[in-house]
Amino acid sequence: MYKLDQPPLLFEASRPGRSTAILPPCDVPVVPLDSLIPAEHLQKSAVPLPELSELDVVRHYTNLSSLNMSIDGNFYPLGSCTMKYNPKRNERLAALPGLGAQHPYQDDSTLQGMLAILHELQNDLAEIAGLDAVSLQPAAGAQGELTALFVAAAYFRDQEPDRKRTQVLIPDSAHGTNPASAHLAGFETVTVKSDSRGLVDIEDFKSKLSDDVAVFMITNPNTVGLFDPQIGEIAGLLHERGALLYLDGANMNAILGVVRPGDMGVDLMHYNPHKTFSGPHGGGGPGAGPIAVRAKLAPYLPSPMVGRREDGTYFLDEDRPLSIGRVRAFFGNTGVLFRAYCYIRSQGPDGLKRVAQHAVLNANYLLSLVRDVYPVPCGPRCMHEFVASCRTLAKDRGIRAMDVGKRLIDYNFHAPTVYFPLIVSEALMIEPTETESRDTLEAFAAALRAIAAEDADSLHDAPFTTPVSRLDEVKAAKTPVLRWTP
Amino acid sequence: MAYIANTPDDVRVMLGAIGLDSLDQLFDMIPPEYRLDRDLRIPPALTEFDLTRRVGALLARNEGADRRVCFLGAGSYDHFIPAVVDSLASRGEFYTAYTPYQAEASQGTLQATFEYQTLMTQLTGMDVSNASLYDGGSAVTEAVLMALATNRRAGRVVVAGTVHPEYRKILETYLTHLDSEVVTVPPQNGGVDPSAFAAAITPDTAAVVIQHPNFFGRLEDVAALVDAAHAHGATAIVSVDPISLGVLRRPDAYGADVVVAEGQGLGNPMSFGGPYLGILACRQDYLRKLPGRIVGQTADRNGKRSWVLTLQTREQHIRREKATSNICTNQGLLALRSSIYLAAMGPRGLREAAELSTRKAHYAAEALAKVDGLSLAFPGPFFKEFAIRCDKDPRAVLEKVGAAGFHGGVGLGRWYPELADHILVAVTEKRTKDEIDGLADAYRDALAAS
Ligand SMILES: Cc1ncc(COP(=O)(O)O)c(C=O)c1O
Repeated sequence: MYKLDQPPLLFEASRPGRSTAILPPCDVPVVPLDSLIPAEHLQKSAVPLPELSELDVVRHYTNLSSLNMSIDGNFYPLGSCTMKYNPKRNERLAALPGLGAQHPYQDDSTLQGMLAILHELQNDLAEIAGLDAVSLQPAAGAQGELTALFVAAAYFRDQEPDRKRTQVLIPDSAHGTNPASAHLAGFETVTVKSDSRGLVDIEDFKSKLSDDVAVFMITNPNTVGLFDPQIGEIAGLLHERGALLYLDGANMNAILGVVRPGDMGVDLMHYNPHKTFSGPHGGGGPGAGPIAVRAKLAPYLPSPMVGRREDGTYFLDEDRPLSIGRVRAFFGNTGVLFRAYCYIRSQGPDGLKRVAQHAVLNANYLLSLVRDVYPVPCGPRCMHEFVASCRTLAKDRGIRAMDVGKRLIDYNFHAPTVYFPLIVSEALMIEPTETESRDTLEAFAAALRAIAAEDADSLHDAPFTTPVSRLDEVKAAKTPVLRWTP
Repeated sequence: MAYIANTPDDVRVMLGAIGLDSLDQLFDMIPPEYRLDRDLRIPPALTEFDLTRRVGALLARNEGADRRVCFLGAGSYDHFIPAVVDSLASRGEFYTAYTPYQAEASQGTLQATFEYQTLMTQLTGMDVSNASLYDGGSAVTEAVLMALATNRRAGRVVVAGTVHPEYRKILETYLTHLDSEVVTVPPQNGGVDPSAFAAAITPDTAAVVIQHPNFFGRLEDVAALVDAAHAHGATAIVSVDPISLGVLRRPDAYGADVVVAEGQGLGNPMSFGGPYLGILACRQDYLRKLPGRIVGQTADRNGKRSWVLTLQTREQHIRREKATSNICTNQGLLALRSSIYLAAMGPRGLREAAELSTRKAHYAAEALAKVDGLSLAFPGPFFKEFAIRCDKDPRAVLEKVGAAGFHGGVGLGRWYPELADHILVAVTEKRTKDEIDGLADAYRDALAAS
């Protein structure tokens, strides 16, 4: 990130009459438009878009890009987001017309390469999950959650036509998408407490488990960075009641090839390939949210799925009468899935396991370098991430998690996730990922330690070296200005 | 080791600092009985060189719009993408950043998103736009959920049968689990009859969904359909083709309350169906129930204009089960691409794309209608896409047209059994007169041989 000033808005830079020649002249007879489309449907004046030269556009966006921190430029230890390196080799392959120029309704016979890749990916994701069937359709993790809950609801409608399971249990440490998805899927959400270790409070869980429960949504490793060893017991208790165990797979990076969700009793789960499998996050998206399920749930997965015929050819299987339907148009976020495929192929079985090992190694090493200054309430060890607390710093010195996050930017590091999960006060959720070097981790730890010794009053004004200083978020929400007006 | 920087020496030092002897001990929190005691059964690792060759070879087996002249549409279109879009959007500072949670370190993404929101309001005539949704199909559903929440009605939703069948399927899939009823008004002659539509709308109807141009490419009597919704106080949701807005009236002119669109055509590759861009813009009244991220303008400590994610109390990370939507990751990079596209095209370029598409589509319709065995399916005006009726089995005909080097159209039978002999043909500004004439010849030969 450079410390440039922001460029003017596109609209302010617009000059009447400027344009870029892009399209050719018309080579079919040019008849008056209103002889083709009745005048009542036609726009009388041009759309009020900005008018710019090509160089205007190039400078504008190049300068804007320089105002961002990014993985390519900075350590970006945003907890829960798995900001690992996004391999350039995948980008180059994804830019080939063999991907980009494929229309979703081409005949299957012209898509054999594409479908082979997607079919292999379905298989790989099933194997990594230890589950039986995979749908690649959901567009992001949150949509994967929702889709899986639709699948669960459809399964119960078939299994238990005479009654309705109305509840989904969710730990208080869960990501916000979990309860939001459960609500959208028509369930009532019931919160399960965490115990003092940061794990599921098993007694609270038992007290809330009833025949009304359809699904328990667990995140494991969970959002404080711990593996919950009670997961097998939890799965057993759920299964005794006929309920299902869902895994929020946002943290799969910690356990790739080490332990498989299906082997510890999980019935259905989503992946976040834009985290675990190195899909670039695009400044907000796109992601993808493939889901993996046990065989008994497979008939309910959305359509289509990729099938393979006896003769080795591939097809889109739409003939799935029990399917819940669909959650997005066309096949899925193929571009993101494709990058996940390239990543998995680049790693192989050993590589994936090494990813988990080094993600956990890096997190534990970083934890060991900072925990005397930033206590880790759910320590002393962690999986791929840990949640430090600024509670004592805030109490003793008035330094809050937000201040630390903002000040880190001046040290050229992106801030960790702050104030999540909700069960740790003044949370700094730090996930270094396996692609960072020991040197980077040490430099980051040094910055964190230095900040804790800085003057608290001045920290409230951080950052100091960014294109803008600390923003007034209250003003933005109170008097919303959501678009430019002349 | 792919993408891992730790050397054996680093590993030793780091394990020592943690107080462990082996990498394996890092996982001692995991009960041994669950641990995988074998390797994952996936193919072995490939180097960059091998990956590039192997995956490149697989991709080369596809025969898309790069290898056959593409007349496929039905919601995904082969529009031209200016080089600036790819060049700028592939800057690592954009595509390797996360959602702009830390505003001071993300002003690039934030300003670009604020500009995207503005461009969407300019394009649609609506008051506000969010920062993107998954795709045009899920945007329809999110718009309906927003209308249901805003209107606080029992929740009958009336949908034109000319809305993309997959969009309707998504809506059905979502609403099955909520207390809402979806009523579909079947198409007549490729359009929705305004009086049949009005008759389906009841006082407890919360929202109606219209697509214009519709799934068959035809223009609906959209003003009448919107009026019918308003007669009962229902929200009029209109799904549009953003390129069409280069020539067609802006949705505000006919009273739309919410405009949704598939933004793929605005500078995004077809990419076998995704990632795409869900556009959702609406009148101010819906703001509090708008799903997804929104960027707002504010000031920093020095009063300098700047941008930040705002109105987050609608969102899942604050409101959890009471959020307006569960969306978190959106389609930011696609929104960026579409903004760059519109900035590069400008008002004239967008108009050119729309006019060229219109003229070429009409030329193609005329050329195909002259082919023995083909006829235009529906009367009435259309934009860049139209349905033809084929006297012989469309599958066989399309296969022959394909062998001649054309993706000749999308058979409609899979969604509309009564239209099993119909083919949907889309024509963008990229298609030349020669290609269109070639398509007509290919159909002529295919029909003659069938
Ligand atoms: C733990 C957890 N669950 C779910 C999600 C939602 O995934 P997505 O943003 O892909 O919708 C996230 C990502 O933000 C997450 O961190």
